[in-house]
Amino acid sequence: MLHTFVALVEDKPGVLTRVASLFRRLNVNIVSLTVGRSEKPGVSRMTIVSDASPTAGHRIMASLYKLENILQVDNVGLASCVVRELALIKVAATPKTRSHIFELAEVFRARIVDLAPESLMIEITGVESKIEGLIQVLNESEDRILEVSRTGRMVMRRGQHTSRVLDAMRAPTTEAEELPEEEIAEEEADLPQ
Amino acid sequence: MDKTDESKSTTARLTGAEILWATLEGEGIREVFGYPGGAILPAYDALRKFPIRHILVRHEQGAAHMADGYARASGKVGVAIATSGPGATNLVTGIATAMMDSIPMLCITGQVSSKALGSDAFQEVDITGITLPITKHNYVVTRAEDVAPAIREALRVAVSGRPGPVLVDITKDAQQGAASFDFAAAAPAPYRPHPMLRSESESILKSAELIRAAKRPVILAGHGVIQSNAREQVLALAERLQIPIATTLLGLGGMPATHPLQLGMMGMHGEAWVNHAIQQSDLLIACGMRFDDRVTGTLTTYAPNAKKIHIEIDPAEINKNVKVDVALIGDLAEMLEVLLPHLAPISGESAWPREVNAMKGECAVRDIQNLPDTGHLYAAHVMHDLWHATGGKAIVATDVGQHQMWEAQYYKHEEPRSLITSGGLGTMGFALPSGIGAKVACPEKEVWVIAGDGGFQMTACELSTIAQENIDINIAIVNNGYLGMVRQWQEFFYDKNYESSPILSPDFVKLAEAHGIPGATVRTRAEGVAAVKAARERKGPFLINFLVEKEDSVYPMIPAGSALHEMIRRPGNNPLIETAQDV
Repeated sequence: MLHTFVALVEDKPGVLTRVASLFRRLNVNIVSLTVGRSEKPGVSRMTIVSDASPTAGHRIMASLYKLENILQVDNVGLASCVVRELALIKVAATPKTRSHIFELAEVFRARIVDLAPESLMIEITGVESKIEGLIQVLNESEDRILEVSRTGRMVMRRGQHTSRVLDAMRAPTTEAEELPEEEIAEEEADLPQ
Repeated sequence: MDKTDESKSTTARLTGAEILWATLEGEGIREVFGYPGGAILPAYDALRKFPIRHILVRHEQGAAHMADGYARASGKVGVAIATSGPGATNLVTGIATAMMDSIPMLCITGQVSSKALGSDAFQEVDITGITLPITKHNYVVTRAEDVAPAIREALRVAVSGRPGPVLVDITKDAQQGAASFDFAAAAPAPYRPHPMLRSESESILKSAELIRAAKRPVILAGHGVIQSNAREQVLALAERLQIPIATTLLGLGGMPATHPLQLGMMGMHGEAWVNHAIQQSDLLIACGMRFDDRVTGTLTTYAPNAKKIHIEIDPAEINKNVKVDVALIGDLAEMLEVLLPHLAPISGESAWPREVNAMKGECAVRDIQNLPDTGHLYAAHVMHDLWHATGGKAIVATDVGQHQMWEAQYYKHEEPRSLITSGGLGTMGFALPSGIGAKVACPEKEVWVIAGDGGFQMTACELSTIAQENIDINIAIVNNGYLGMVRQWQEFFYDKNYESSPILSPDFVKLAEAHGIPGATVRTRAEGVAAVKAARERKGPFLINFLVEKEDSVYPMIPAGSALHEMIRRPGNNPLIETAQDV
């Protein structure tokens, strides 16, 4: 199953290697990993999605904490969070075939961000299934996808249930793992029907 | 800076190299093991100004093992130092050995100048990249002002929580550059305990409840007993409730071997009664151990009827191999201090320790010295006689293989930190250098190195180190002309196809003599006892080459993939017959 971790790490050279190396050492595949600055100076935020056995979450989290540059880890599991991914998709399109792609973009609430004589570029944000839905429809309508660039999953807990609050409450972090998988889908109000 | 600030300041302007030694000195380090070379020469140039003893090794692997042995024997951080490139890569086996056994160690490596980093300069290697998975943490230092903070933090990381090796790679220009040095100002941030440490009162109460309810409990005492100085607390737990204690290889010495509740070593070559006790147990109390595959056998059949309490400092070890019922995650001694008040002593004698004792049968008193002397010299004789001569009080550094297991079975360690052996990584060549490190750490203690003829040759070059540094240790080579454990596996599992396991050795006594170290070759038990006596009475190093039975095997043995109780037992026609029946 997929495990999602949000890690606050020191913004120093080599930290990404240490995190990636840990997953390699545990023989766990990283599905996606996004890194960027956080709200605190000198602290980066990673969202790591990995594919591992259902019981592996505890060990991965405990091992992440053993890395000196890791400040905080939240195993968000399937807790109530907002999940987003950004994708840029370049599609081959002539003036004749453009219009139906515009329609598709509309349905998926995507935007056209570049237009060239023989191609256009779509920007789409949402959960993975929404992005995959658009890619699938483009493929099925025989539009030629030229390039896809995806950020991977970014996650943030909803409301006050930040990892810090949970930590302060000493809430068991494993609780979240037991929520049913459907909850993620329900969270996604802007998924096209 | 105004005048008052200046007068308060204790800073001095030093080179990075001087800062390195001054920091080590400030941290109380008095001995380091190392080998000079180009990129670390500025550091060596500054060494003579500081009260630090440098032991020149013959190979950097030896430096790492010596620092490791130093740490195991003393509990203090061992320090190894090497140059860039091959010097650094030669440390790798030693670092991995320390990592697997959670040994606090600091490795300092020289590195090419920061401007040359990444240019494939002469003797440049990405040692922090190479050692990333085998260190707790590592650092690259490129500026003189970063040396002291990096070294101080590295030492803190090495000893805190679950200990382990740390490497600091210092570029040549960082050693040559100057910076102001203020030891106090370079103090690391305070230790941040692992956030997943847990000792909720609920878990403590549940543990106490499980322990009170247990009819056949067994304590599994691991390396953590020694690392956490928890002997007193573990003994209190055992004695209060009459709980027998089984010990891991690295836990030997943690409990006094002759304590009535101490059963001995568990696992692949553990005594039969120990493994049977674990398999029949209804509660395992794992104290500072990690359920290594060498102690569990096949996991699906491991202690099938036992509840499990795991007291462990590393949260990543919980439920890794064996699923446990309760976990107390934290320092072992502290956890037991909290747990013990919930456990009242039981009155009268408990039946369970008696049952376990009955399982021993005649094995428990197989006084091999009383068996008729057939003229054959067995390794078991060597270990027993060494134990007898030293009263179980010597520090023994062993290598890896058959002799290591025989030592664990027949040398009864009374004191913590008295067995120095590579458990997790199983590093051959470990005994001689780690024994040197142990002696440097504990000059007042008697130190014996026990190695096989194969492993000894892997690091035999360190005999020169013994000679040059006048290290007063005794060396026992258990020489059977084979890579013994390989031969044993070939005998049991590969149709006696002894491919590449017979090994030719030099005349070890002549080899020692070439280094100015006296020695003796021993063929009989009586000669052995006399040689041990001579070695102990003589000041300075001594080497004994014990020519033992060639094709003896270590029994009992759990074949890989078998359950803990499915042991291969010693065949009945052997003079060292094991008489206890399988239960």
